[in-house]
Amino acid sequence: MLGCLYVHCRSETTSQDKGLRKVTRPPAPSPRSCASRLCSVLAEKERRVKANDREHNDRFPYADNRIKTSKYNAFTFLPVNLFEQFQRVANAYFVILLILQLIPEISSLSWFTTIVPLGLVLAITAVKDATDDYFRHRSDQQVNNRQSQVLIRGSVQNEKWMNVRVGDIIKLENNQFVAADLLLLCSSEPYGLCYVETADLDGETNLKVRQAPNVTSDLGDVSRLTDFDGEVICEPPNNKLDKFTGTLHWRDNEYSLDNEKMLLRGCVLRNTEWCFGMVIFAGLQTKLMQNCGKTKFKRTSLDKLMNTLVLWIFAFLVCMGVILAIGNSIWESWIGRRFEVFLPWGESRSSAVLSGFLTFWSYVIILNTVVPISLYVSVEVLRLSHSLFINWDQKMFCGRTDTPAEARTTTLNEELGQVEFIFSDKTGTLTQNIMAFSKCSIDGQTYGDIYDEFDQRVEITEKTACVDFSFNPLCDRGFKFHDSSLVEATKREDPAVQEFFRLLALCHTVMPEEKSEGDLVYQAQSPDEGALVTAARNFGFVFRARTPETVTLWEMGRAVTYQLLAILDFNNVRKRMSVIVKNPEGHIKLYCKGADTLIFDRLDPSCSRLMNETSEHLSEFAGEGLRTLALACKDIDEEYYEAWAERLRCGSTAIEDREEQLAVLYEEIEQGMKLLGATAIEDKLQEGVPETIARLNLADIKIWVLTGDKLETAMNIGYSCNMLRDDMNEVFVVSGQTRLEVQQQLRSAKEHIVGLSRVSSPGDIEKSDAFADDSVFEEAIIAEYALVINGHSLAHALEPQLEHILLDLACLCKTVICCRVTPLQKAQVVELVRRHRGAVTLAVGDGANDVSMIKTAHIGVGISGQEGMQAVLASDYSFAQFRCLQRLLLVHGRWSYFRMCNFLGYFFYKNFAFTLVHFWYGFFCGFSAQTVYDQWFITLFNIVYTSLPVLAMGLFDQTLSKSYRTSVTRTVCATRACTNRASRTFSSTSAGSSCAPCRG
Amino acid sequence: MMASSYKDEDGHISVSGTGAGAGSLPSKKPENTAFKQQRLPAWQPVLTAGTVLPAFFIIGLIFIPIGIGLYVTSNNIKEFEIDYTGLDPSSPCFNCSQNFSWNSTKPCTCSIPFYLEQPYESNVFMYYGLSNFYQNHRRYVKSRDDSQLNGNEESLRKPSKECEPYARHDNRPIAPCGAIANSMFNDTLELFYSDPNGTKTQIPLTATGIAWWTDKHVKFRNPGGNNDNLTAAFQGTTKPINWRRPAYELDSDPENNGFINEDFIVWMRTAALPTFRKLYRIIQRRNTMVPTLPRGNYTLEVVYNYPVRSFDGRKRMIFSTISWMGGKNPFLGIAYITVGSVCFLLGVILLFIHHKYDNRNNNPDISSN
Repeated sequence: MLGCLYVHCRSETTSQDKGLRKVTRPPAPSPRSCASRLCSVLAEKERRVKANDREHNDRFPYADNRIKTSKYNAFTFLPVNLFEQFQRVANAYFVILLILQLIPEISSLSWFTTIVPLGLVLAITAVKDATDDYFRHRSDQQVNNRQSQVLIRGSVQNEKWMNVRVGDIIKLENNQFVAADLLLLCSSEPYGLCYVETADLDGETNLKVRQAPNVTSDLGDVSRLTDFDGEVICEPPNNKLDKFTGTLHWRDNEYSLDNEKMLLRGCVLRNTEWCFGMVIFAGLQTKLMQNCGKTKFKRTSLDKLMNTLVLWIFAFLVCMGVILAIGNSIWESWIGRRFEVFLPWGESRSSAVLSGFLTFWSYVIILNTVVPISLYVSVEVLRLSHSLFINWDQKMFCGRTDTPAEARTTTLNEELGQVEFIFSDKTGTLTQNIMAFSKCSIDGQTYGDIYDEFDQRVEITEKTACVDFSFNPLCDRGFKFHDSSLVEATKREDPAVQEFFRLLALCHTVMPEEKSEGDLVYQAQSPDEGALVTAARNFGFVFRARTPETVTLWEMGRAVTYQLLAILDFNNVRKRMSVIVKNPEGHIKLYCKGADTLIFDRLDPSCSRLMNETSEHLSEFAGEGLRTLALACKDIDEEYYEAWAERLRCGSTAIEDREEQLAVLYEEIEQGMKLLGATAIEDKLQEGVPETIARLNLADIKIWVLTGDKLETAMNIGYSCNMLRDDMNEVFVVSGQTRLEVQQQLRSAKEHIVGLSRVSSPGDIEKSDAFADDSVFEEAIIAEYALVINGHSLAHALEPQLEHILLDLACLCKTVICCRVTPLQKAQVVELVRRHRGAVTLAVGDGANDVSMIKTAHIGVGISGQEGMQAVLASDYSFAQFRCLQRLLLVHGRWSYFRMCNFLGYFFYKNFAFTLVHFWYGFFCGFSAQTVYDQWFITLFNIVYTSLPVLAMGLFDQTLSKSYRTSVTRTVCATRACTNRASRTFSSTSAGSSCAPCRG
Repeated sequence: MMASSYKDEDGHISVSGTGAGAGSLPSKKPENTAFKQQRLPAWQPVLTAGTVLPAFFIIGLIFIPIGIGLYVTSNNIKEFEIDYTGLDPSSPCFNCSQNFSWNSTKPCTCSIPFYLEQPYESNVFMYYGLSNFYQNHRRYVKSRDDSQLNGNEESLRKPSKECEPYARHDNRPIAPCGAIANSMFNDTLELFYSDPNGTKTQIPLTATGIAWWTDKHVKFRNPGGNNDNLTAAFQGTTKPINWRRPAYELDSDPENNGFINEDFIVWMRTAALPTFRKLYRIIQRRNTMVPTLPRGNYTLEVVYNYPVRSFDGRKRMIFSTISWMGGKNPFLGIAYITVGSVCFLLGVILLFIHHKYDNRNNNPDISSN
């Protein structure tokens, strides 16, 4: 039952992915869902829902809670399915052929020669579609018939899900699925809190808090809820899972609503006895359903090649037809005319030209076997099996997290063998994203390193003694720290150290879970936060409980409760988060942590000296590949806060531009802060990363790292995974602030490379600027270069004037690292390479910030790691470890590509060999379209006699199976040869006439 | 430092990994079967001198003897052919070929003398051959009604549309209908042996046993079942336009008359190429002591009915003996010999190249890695 909804929702996407149907186009949405979506798009600018007022709500065309993901019913199945199938070119072609065959004058083959294979193909596809749809029907029904408790006429009654309507008030109990998108009204927990698990929505398994609006949180009993007649005005249905804007109008007051007050369909209620919610979006308009079935279809180059080939073959067929038709005209006028004693022309063939014309169509019928009807079906079968092989591969299975690799799209397998560029995220992809608090700098003093008696830094190993935290009964035993001076500092009650850890314990969004006394588990959305809060916990500032308005700490053994006034949350633009709290003494304080550059810009001038010291420490940390954050705090005047809070309240009820307004307000209060220090978190490299990168490099695949980390960290990771090496000729660092600077840096770097190679190869220097001859050049450069570019510069470099230089330079370098990039820039970089190089790109990442890049690249790979499932959900392939990439590309991709090429070659060969006989025979039978073979033989040749051998080869063929382990170079050579092989196979089978535009 | 901590983590992972695998939840670990892990035995030939050279030599050594055997067998088959079209004014059939009319009642005959230089020992097959005759033209091939030929009464009365324009004549259905039947070969060939003494004896020709068994017994059947009276069965139909006699008068033997007449059946099995030969008669060997056709002078008496001049056709008469591999066909033997010799030659060339230019020692062989 658990996860059923999810499966239900995904059944649409997965079945499309894996289905035979998918080859040509995504199936059209069912008429009904289309209509409802159309309504929502055309008519609905905003939604007005009144609680407990069905008549009012019925006036609007809001969808009810019945969902329908199925496409057919018993009556519409045949016509609709056939209609869909005949939209495929191949099927339509064969129908035209069938019609031609029914004309006796030109029918050279009986109609059954076409209808048998066509019927077979249609039947297989139809059966598959029908089973898919049957399961969709079943799950629809199951979901629609789930029971929920609805408040009707003053009492809570059981009602099926499908009968729930917008505006109804629903009671949910613990561990129940949420039936529709609800506005949380009240719950059994204090302050109208409730907890939900959103695993089905975004794959994150940690609990999330939702809080009812303050005004409704005390509507605890049924009678008061029955009287509730608030009206919600909100945005129309959309698919943004993390955004909601609306207002609640009740008793002449307006209250702002946001995503924190919504329970979305697909969530499960946890740790909450009951709660009431009002239905805002129902059925197909819920955010879950709006997110379903909109997979973007990616096509492989082989797909395109195949279509081109089929077109060429078709042209070839027409050519042969024309030649034979001309032959027929000539034959009939020279020989046939004199042969009339035995074979009169008859009425239908009054002239040789007419006879030739009719013969053309007869030959179109006869030669139809060159256009392979079963090709598309066979290709689908192959791709599906190749994907299953990926899913089944034990070597891509991660035992620790129990995750096998998953091919989420079945159509891209052979493209894997052609990847030339890999764009990789760093955190969580190259590294484990298991964070460990490793160092810190407090008030100009670093902690974390240990020194021996000679003041020499000691290498920290497994055996190094850990700090004993036994003084703290609430400590986390898994936490390891080696520098005891920090503990001493906390024990000394050094105010700076205390404030430092207090910030760490207060400023976060972690949820504590205390199962038994002292057994604390933190549910953190990002592992960084978890690491920091855990560190604070061990050093005596234990974060124990949280309510929406308070945070309770256990500071050095005594409970202190802070009033939580505001959370200024983190996002990718702000790159920092703050909390405003009031301590028991009544002082209001703002605690802020975030990226150092952003924090340093907002510091009080008084701490500039500390800032310098800290930034020195920060670059030192970053140099060791650690992730750093700067911490700052600020005392706030009570009056000032009140005024600010008032404006915040105003801003947060706005429907339009709410985000922008809030951002301005946040910016305003996060000024003039005092620096506390900085933290450094270690993010360990994943298993086998350097080896994988080395292998991929050998295979001539270029790896670009796109990371949000700072330059030093990124470079350090680059060194540790062998992408940057000390023996490289030059590492160019582009970090200009203005366009001109960036341009100059790029130019000089390029000239450096080009200039050096010019020495050995005398060439025209003027030409070196030309874009065209650089590709030739790339081959000639033996020296190794690396390019490191930061986000600021990248923004300039991605402008249309500079992007060519950037691309040229980047392609001349062996390693490219882009740091400090935004998710959008990641996508832009991928797009740049994709557009101008025409190479197959692969993006690999694990977090939500990689989604855009994953979607932009030809192939998106998601690492199912610590940062939720968004990346995986957007990806085409997913697995748990970066090192699986080499097996995916070098083994599965290569095999898939090889098999596919050989399969296509074999397939076209057998069709040509079979059909060209008729062309040859035309010259002996007076170009009369007489067949050589028996009609049944022609009928069954493709789909019965010869389908299995080609399929078997496409499935099981293994080239150089063992070479992978033993010798990489061989694999590499073969990978390269593969491309050549493919083009060769194609051109040779197409008998030179349909020489395909293959990439060499 | 990085490397050392990474290794620590590595060890840690594997320990906890096995722990998780033994947990209560069924692991999602894929099954370890040869099929799923793609470990099914696979083999690809690696082409090296050690495998290619012997292969070439073996192919050569096997193919050349086979080819020679086939060629000799084919050569031992005796064949004799005469063209009796009569296009040349000096030819005995010149007159017949010039004055042709479908409707003439008086048959035109001509006799062609010839001399057999070799005696024919075993059974001799006598063929007639036509050239430039497109029996494989699509409209010709489909111009027949199989159901009528199979004795179906309804089709007899109402021939299929495919037979047009030879389906009806004078408002009566044609039996057998269609262009194939209409154009049936109707020359009569007779063979006479002239003794050295000067006496002329006719050589008996067997007209049965020349069609396929399945054609004679399954595909072709007379209408009216076992009714002996064929004339009655064909009542209401008319003969094909070009025929001189109706179908039920093709032969006096009731087992070789009507649709099951073997000459007719042989004709109805259309030839694949425009130049073809069809079995006409068999000359059975009677006496083991005497050759079937001894060396000497013969005369071929032709009743010249079949016009081919309009489309530049040729008519031939062929004698042939057969062997275990069928009729005379040198192609197969030549093909075998050619392929065998090419392989052998390639083997020699490659062996030479291999010997002369082998530099395996200074070049790491791929397969040894």
